[in-house]
Amino acid sequence: MDADDNVYDALAAADHDGRWAHGAGFDESVVEVTAPAPDGVDTEDLAAYCLMLADDALVGSQRLSEWATHAPELEEEVALANIALDLLGQARVLLARAGHLGAAERFRVAGRASEATGDGRAHDDEDVLAYFRDDRFFRNVTLAEIDLGDFAQTMAWMLVFSSWRLGLMTRLRGSADPVLAAVATKAVPELAYQREYAAGWVLRLGDGTELSHVRMQAGLDAVWPFVEEIFGAHAVETRLVEAGVAVDPAALRADVDADLEQVLPVATLTRPERPAVGLVGGRGGRDGVHTEALGPVLAVMQSLARAHPEATW
Amino acid sequence: MTVSDETTRLATASTPDGAPTPERGPEEVFEATVAAEGRIEPRDWMPEGYRKTLVRQIAQHAHSEIIGMQPEGNWILRAPSLRRKAILLAKVQDEAGHGLYLYSATETLGVDRTELTEKLIDSRQKYSSIFNYPTLTFADIGVIGWLVDGAAICNQVPLCRSSYGPYARAMVRICKEESFHQRQGFELLMTLMAGTDAQRAMVQDAVDRWWWPSLMMFGPADGDSPNTQQSMAWRIKRHTNDELRQRFVDMTVPQAAALGVTLPDPALAWNDERQAHDFGEIDWAEFTAVVKGAGPCNAQRIAHRRAAHENGQWVRDAASAYAAKHADRSEEPAA
Repeated sequence: MDADDNVYDALAAADHDGRWAHGAGFDESVVEVTAPAPDGVDTEDLAAYCLMLADDALVGSQRLSEWATHAPELEEEVALANIALDLLGQARVLLARAGHLGAAERFRVAGRASEATGDGRAHDDEDVLAYFRDDRFFRNVTLAEIDLGDFAQTMAWMLVFSSWRLGLMTRLRGSADPVLAAVATKAVPELAYQREYAAGWVLRLGDGTELSHVRMQAGLDAVWPFVEEIFGAHAVETRLVEAGVAVDPAALRADVDADLEQVLPVATLTRPERPAVGLVGGRGGRDGVHTEALGPVLAVMQSLARAHPEATW
Repeated sequence: MTVSDETTRLATASTPDGAPTPERGPEEVFEATVAAEGRIEPRDWMPEGYRKTLVRQIAQHAHSEIIGMQPEGNWILRAPSLRRKAILLAKVQDEAGHGLYLYSATETLGVDRTELTEKLIDSRQKYSSIFNYPTLTFADIGVIGWLVDGAAICNQVPLCRSSYGPYARAMVRICKEESFHQRQGFELLMTLMAGTDAQRAMVQDAVDRWWWPSLMMFGPADGDSPNTQQSMAWRIKRHTNDELRQRFVDMTVPQAAALGVTLPDPALAWNDERQAHDFGEIDWAEFTAVVKGAGPCNAQRIAHRRAAHENGQWVRDAASAYAAKHADRSEEPAA
């Protein structure tokens, strides 16, 4: 592990890269999403996997965006927007890839994303998948969709989420799918920043005042029941791991544990001992079986697009 | 904020004979610097009135950026495409950044951000009244970019030549980003005008609601603007309110035509003699009411900002406590 991977040591490193000012990123596609699927890889599986990783980022970004204009300080306003933008950027490329692999056609149905233009593609694939898909077809882990609570809970959430996704993207750089590999390469530094940001606040709040300590521990406790699910492999993931395309989520447990072991004691926090939330008949977010939280999140996000299904924006 | 070395060098170089001499007192140096279009820097002597005027103006501008995040933030979660969501999120983020470096500019004048934030949430300092109007549809996002950012640019571009160095330099950067926002707003409106009937109606409705408040952004008519003359003499401000308003109208009319929207003013017409547009009388009663706190969203905007500030107190306290603990530890002698 080199110094850049050290979540605690990296706190001292100055960050003058001007990230706060980065743009909307809509033309920063890292790779042609139309690249063919690798030989021997099931296209539907690959599309489903892209949706999983896209939805984690999209829903997480939407949740983080709820902080806009509510952050405790202007610097945090800027940082949280930054992180939401990074996740949104990851989601957009992955959704476009899933769309190219056929996922969008399933949701491009009459009355929704209808044929408003001559070529029948009123919406880009990313928007069909983001706005015209019902919650039961979202593939994100439920950790991505839970209410973020107060700032402490948000930082607990971000530490776990970014540690996990950083481990995932770090490994995914070697994926047999060139699009996933490219997305991962771009995502790794973004997620390293997120992890550093979250770890910094977990330390400050955990070892700050009595009140902040209580809230930080409570935030961690609230997030904890949703952590176990992120290490479980869906059948699609298992098949794609064998094909050299996907990352085995079970392998990420050690990454997250290592980060938490490094941060929590210094932050004077206790690793929670709380049971994981139960699944429904063994099915969770990756199967489209979500918590009650996702429906309202998507209802807000999709409301305007669905009110004008024939419109482009 | 950081400014390029080049900008700093140019601004500094333009200050003539910066230091007082036995022959010239500090006041004379100040007057001479301003008269010669030089820059006043934080350590230079300045009249108390100049300092107060700057603090008031820059703080109001900073507050406007921060309060202005709210009407646009209202649509981040509902933006109807991911591209629009990214643009809007980045824009609202830019506004937080503008607020940050404007507050930093006030710090060079001896006040701090917390003090100013408290004045804002106690309604002891103002912000641009335009943000006391609601954003009712997504077309409002485009119209804010076009008209509100457009009016802001008309107001702000001359401030890049303001006599106070830190303010002028902050404005250079802010104006660049505002120009980008304005183009994004216009592009959104062009897209909507090329869209469905409902989208076009949405744009016209938004223009109808935002046009007059946009004109009000330039402030009271010159005859009723008590601070303008002194600010112009000090080169803090370069043009009168009415001059800027006229320029804005003249620039906007052809843009509205290109867009295919009607500006809601039957009196709006080209005046060949003046080589400028005539336009109707602003509803000054509404202007005064909104400035005094009786606009559609004044109470809501302040309550929102107050809640964010107060709900964040424990977080800021924790950061201070943590920093203090670690400052103590780092001062301990090495074992």
